[in-house]
Amino acid sequence: MSAAASGASGVGAVFRREFAGYFETPLAYVFIIIFLFSTGAFTFYQGGFYEAERADLKAFFLFHPWLYLFFMPAIAMRLWAEERKSGTIELLLTLPVPVWASVLGKFLAAWTFAGLALALTFPIWITVNYLGDPDNGVILASYVGSWLMAGSYIAIGACISALTRSQVIAFVVSVLVAFLFTVSGIPMVLDLFSGWAPQVIVQAIASFSVLSHFQAIMNGVIDLRDIVFFVSLMGVWLFANVVVVDLNRAG
Amino acid sequence: MSAMIEVSGLQKQFGPFTAVAGLDFSVSKGEVLGFLGPNGAGKSTTMRMIAGSLAPSAGRVTLCGFDMAEQARQAQRLLGYLPEGAPAYGDMTPRGFLGYVASIRGLDGTEAKRAVTRTVALTDLGSVLDQTIDTLSKGFKRRVGLAQAILHDPPVLIMDEPTDGLDPNQKFAVRKLITEMAAEKAIIISTHILEEVDALCTRALIIDRGCIVADGTPPALAARSRYHNAVTVRVAADLAPAVRREIEALPGVTSVEARPVGADEIALTAFTSGEALIIEPVAALATAKGWPLKGLYAEPGRLDEVFRRLTHSDAETDEKVVA
Repeated sequence: MSAAASGASGVGAVFRREFAGYFETPLAYVFIIIFLFSTGAFTFYQGGFYEAERADLKAFFLFHPWLYLFFMPAIAMRLWAEERKSGTIELLLTLPVPVWASVLGKFLAAWTFAGLALALTFPIWITVNYLGDPDNGVILASYVGSWLMAGSYIAIGACISALTRSQVIAFVVSVLVAFLFTVSGIPMVLDLFSGWAPQVIVQAIASFSVLSHFQAIMNGVIDLRDIVFFVSLMGVWLFANVVVVDLNRAG
Repeated sequence: MSAMIEVSGLQKQFGPFTAVAGLDFSVSKGEVLGFLGPNGAGKSTTMRMIAGSLAPSAGRVTLCGFDMAEQARQAQRLLGYLPEGAPAYGDMTPRGFLGYVASIRGLDGTEAKRAVTRTVALTDLGSVLDQTIDTLSKGFKRRVGLAQAILHDPPVLIMDEPTDGLDPNQKFAVRKLITEMAAEKAIIISTHILEEVDALCTRALIIDRGCIVADGTPPALAARSRYHNAVTVRVAADLAPAVRREIEALPGVTSVEARPVGADEIALTAFTSGEALIIEPVAALATAKGWPLKGLYAEPGRLDEVFRRLTHSDAETDEKVVA
């Protein structure tokens, strides 16, 4: 079997185990229920979905970055920390799969699970179509953007999960790091830098903001740059994840 | 027969601590190598490096000609490994877990099914196949780990304490299983149980503070014991002083030790040096004198005594000096 083929079958095997793993405990169902409840609550109470009297889902998507900040680290925290704690990482590292295949398989499992939770919010889409005549293109774009954002947070969480044996530590640190990536574009943060730092740096910091890239997509403008941003954010963190697991092997 | 496992110059440093200080050995097909050593001697670290879950600081490991650093995938495909503590995914059932290992090893549908069925029969897991691993007893967990290691019938098998936590019957079954597989494989096991070395291993390596301190067949190692060819006679307590004097006077006997057995019996052990066989003179003497013996036996030697003499207690706090 070639290296690529063993890698691909490895991704598949790891993906299936991890994805099924979510449903082996009640965790998955609890997670999905809380997620759906939270998105609903924020949309209708904080977002003023009805009061706005607009046929769009902005009130719904507006809160996704902030919900994901907590929900995605919760999905990702077990990916590697659990393997390290139970010692199964020892097994995983001696099975004939490349590290990148394990990293990718685990990430895809968590991302798919997040996608499933996101897809289950479809009643709100039905509702808005029932109440009015929204631009479904914008809504689709927002869903795609939201899922990409979820993937970025999961990639961060997965990498940090590989740094520790404790899921709690993985969760807390992931939330912190994800928070930094979320807020780096808001004026409050940028003002801290704009006084003294060169414009280039301020722009660089701003460009790392998940929030601003997601808002661009949410407004219905699918810019290739925004997609590239999320994809490369995932890529960088998954690469870091491979490095961290390899460092584990180095002892 | 060429070596299937080759280890050369293997070293591992954790910061300033040297866990493994340069090991060289090889294991051929048909050999069962027993890894002995006190806790902290570097057994598990060595096994992890051979299995590829830990990168060595220096040296190399080759499995069936594949270098673990350069061709890890090829090497690991030929390897079955039971890590320390037999870790497994607690939320999974043995069936699910073995299915996962089969698929990650690239076995397809029918092949995988056949491998799982065969392994479950060998490790006697049939009764717990659909219980989650977390709920299993220690013995079953260990056997799940064992099943995972032999699932793909690998030519190289590395097992860190395969019988730990098993009851005597299960230990016997696992040893039998390993012995049956041994002819076609190169096997390394680590153990704390010295009788297991006798029962299972064709060769034993004693490791202490990261270095090999002894390497040989179990009988050859036992022969290094002061009990090698020692003869023990059991007599009534009142007779013991006279018997002791007579035995001490025999040629070839270097010393005699007495040990009480029960209330009114004494076991006298006569030691000898080199390969001198003293059981015959002792037996002849006993017959000539008409001693009423309660027992008479010679020993091949005691592995545990050799082990204690060659190794030091837990190496963790020791300053390590690398030669």
